[in-house]
Amino acid sequence: MRELIYLTVVLPLLGFLINGIFGSKIKNEKIIGIIGSGTIGFSFIITLLAFFETLGLPPDQRKLIVTLFTWLKVGGVDVSFAYQLDQLSLVMALIVTGVGFIIHVYSIGYMHGDKSFWRFFAYLNLFIFAMMNLILADNFVLLFLGWEGVGLCSYLLIGFWYDRKFEKSTTADAAKKAFIVNRIGDFGFLLGMFLIFLTFGSLNFNEVFSRANTFSVSTVTYGFIALFLFIGATGKSAQIPLYVWLPDAMAGPTPVSALIHAATMVTAGVYMVARTSIIFASAPDIMMVVAIIGLLTAFFAATIGIVQNDIKKVLAYSTVSQLGYMFLAMGVGAFGAGIFHVMTHAFFKALLFLGAGSVIHAMHEEQDIQKYGGLKKYMPHTALTFLIAALAISGIPPLSGFFSKDEILWYSYSNVGIIFWLVGVITAMMTAFYMFRLYLLTFEGSKRFGHDKHPHESPKVMTIPLMVLAVLSIIGGFIGIPEIFSGEYGNQFHNWLSPIFADAERKLLHFGYHSHFEELLLMTLSVLFAGGSIFLARYIYLKSPNIADNVSNRFSGLYKTLWNKYYVDEIYDAIIVNPIVVVSKNVLWKFTDGKIIDGLIHSIAKLIDLSAAVLRKFQSGIAQFYALIMVLGIAITLFWIIMSF
Amino acid sequence: MTITIEYYLILSAFMFIVGIAGVLTRRNAIIVFMCIELMLNSANLTLVAFSSYLGSSVGQLFVFFVMTVAASEAAVGLAIIIAIFRNKLTVNIDDINILKW
Repeated sequence: MRELIYLTVVLPLLGFLINGIFGSKIKNEKIIGIIGSGTIGFSFIITLLAFFETLGLPPDQRKLIVTLFTWLKVGGVDVSFAYQLDQLSLVMALIVTGVGFIIHVYSIGYMHGDKSFWRFFAYLNLFIFAMMNLILADNFVLLFLGWEGVGLCSYLLIGFWYDRKFEKSTTADAAKKAFIVNRIGDFGFLLGMFLIFLTFGSLNFNEVFSRANTFSVSTVTYGFIALFLFIGATGKSAQIPLYVWLPDAMAGPTPVSALIHAATMVTAGVYMVARTSIIFASAPDIMMVVAIIGLLTAFFAATIGIVQNDIKKVLAYSTVSQLGYMFLAMGVGAFGAGIFHVMTHAFFKALLFLGAGSVIHAMHEEQDIQKYGGLKKYMPHTALTFLIAALAISGIPPLSGFFSKDEILWYSYSNVGIIFWLVGVITAMMTAFYMFRLYLLTFEGSKRFGHDKHPHESPKVMTIPLMVLAVLSIIGGFIGIPEIFSGEYGNQFHNWLSPIFADAERKLLHFGYHSHFEELLLMTLSVLFAGGSIFLARYIYLKSPNIADNVSNRFSGLYKTLWNKYYVDEIYDAIIVNPIVVVSKNVLWKFTDGKIIDGLIHSIAKLIDLSAAVLRKFQSGIAQFYALIMVLGIAITLFWIIMSF
Repeated sequence: MTITIEYYLILSAFMFIVGIAGVLTRRNAIIVFMCIELMLNSANLTLVAFSSYLGSSVGQLFVFFVMTVAASEAAVGLAIIIAIFRNKLTVNIDDINILKW
């Protein structure tokens, strides 16, 4: 089965081709849905079998490279379509195909009746194809192919309902924004790749990483490579300063938000940092930058999330915030914890988005949580699963989010310092608060919607995926039980991943001893804080709703700033977008293009026109005149030849 | 009295100049055409003269080439002149100035 891992890439491509080419002819939603989700289901089964087979092997034999064919071979560049099966790529592949399959099934229900049903499934399959290329690639070029491919699919799916209004513009504008912001990050990633090739003379993972151990390369070079790669990661994974596209990406259908903008694509940056951990570990300053950016993103996104009223917007900022946690983990050298959080986050955030989709579906496209309320009565399954996910993301034990988040907080304390832990815990408190604000305003309390809405529970094809994800959100954390609880077995998830990060961790060399007592104390504190803010949310939004209004009136300046997302979009518009537009229009278009380039072409044409007008006089049409010219020419030539003797 | 090569060449040059003068000055297409034949034959005369002078048969060989080309050229040229005459009812080449854009 391990050798067949390339099928997990080929099958989604096949699904894309079938649905993309024949989808409009098939018309039957069932067949399209079965093709779309079936291919992903088979990919998941193959990945699962490969995983169990790998589990039976000793750790030093777990890595396998399947080379399909040579793609580019020019000079020193030798790039193959080769897929690398190891502990890290297996974890990611399981997440992508597993959660992807669940979301595909859910989409059959969610997209029911859409005029472009087939197009949706074709794009989703194409996305899985690109994502599998990204995580299974054994070289940077193939990774970049997947990287750009998921960006393209993200663009196509955000603008899927291209004729719908979104906020002040259209979904097509949101799609363009996502694509362009991602391009900025991709440029950084490309620069990083060039620098890697220049430094190590190869783009193959194994060669680069083994040379990173043996070559003597200056810290500055490592710093630049890591910085460029990290810029790429900030674009794809929505970190400061390039996070602005993710909230707008909510213009797409909700399953897309769940699959691409919560569970899989946005974690590609985290995966890439984990994959190149040896390079990041060689540049300690950039590690610090990664940690700080991650922490700031987590904190500021959480503050914005508190005041938003659009159900998907809250979840979008929550995603940005959780991605910040993952980068915090990367930055403090806890690569395993970061990937662990990628996994648990994929479960509960996909569940939250799918639950939100179920609510939006039931409320006829209404997304304002102020116009929900009391929905628990109408949709009990959605409400229960949503509650589980909210508890998981808040870090309440023993749900999955508790284990992964607490591990990150613990490492940020033990590897860096108390400040990081403190900001992380405050962020976790805010997370618990806005999640329960969302849950309570949506499902509890009195109903605040009109009689024109008739909420109802979603069909089984949508609720069963919710339940599966809910179970995963509950038990997903048990594979990574920290050492203090599991005793001699240690953290299973870490043991599994440790060969991947061994080199990087050896370079980082975290000294210092921390007792189990400290770990337990901090863990208890963070759980208490999170639990406290859940009760605070409950008190504010159920018992006395006027507190929220009082607070927002008292601090109206702060509230406005948060409501307008710190005016970041406006600032970017003012200092980047508008100057570029003005310069492009007035200088590049009207002057450079209009005056210089067009002017040059036009004057050449005019010159030819003028000279032709003179030369045309000689072309009288009288053959004898031509003959005369010929004779004169011959006479002159002959004369010249004779005289030159 | 032996006839040296200069005689042939002078006669040939004279024929050639008559031909050129005819081509450049006459208005009747047929006469222009005949003048072209005259030029061709002056060239033939030169070739034969040199062939004899140098004792080589290559020049005579070329004469046959020229005569073949001249024959086909005469056929095509006369056909064109007849075609023009049918269209324009004239062979005055001042009236035939369609060789411009």
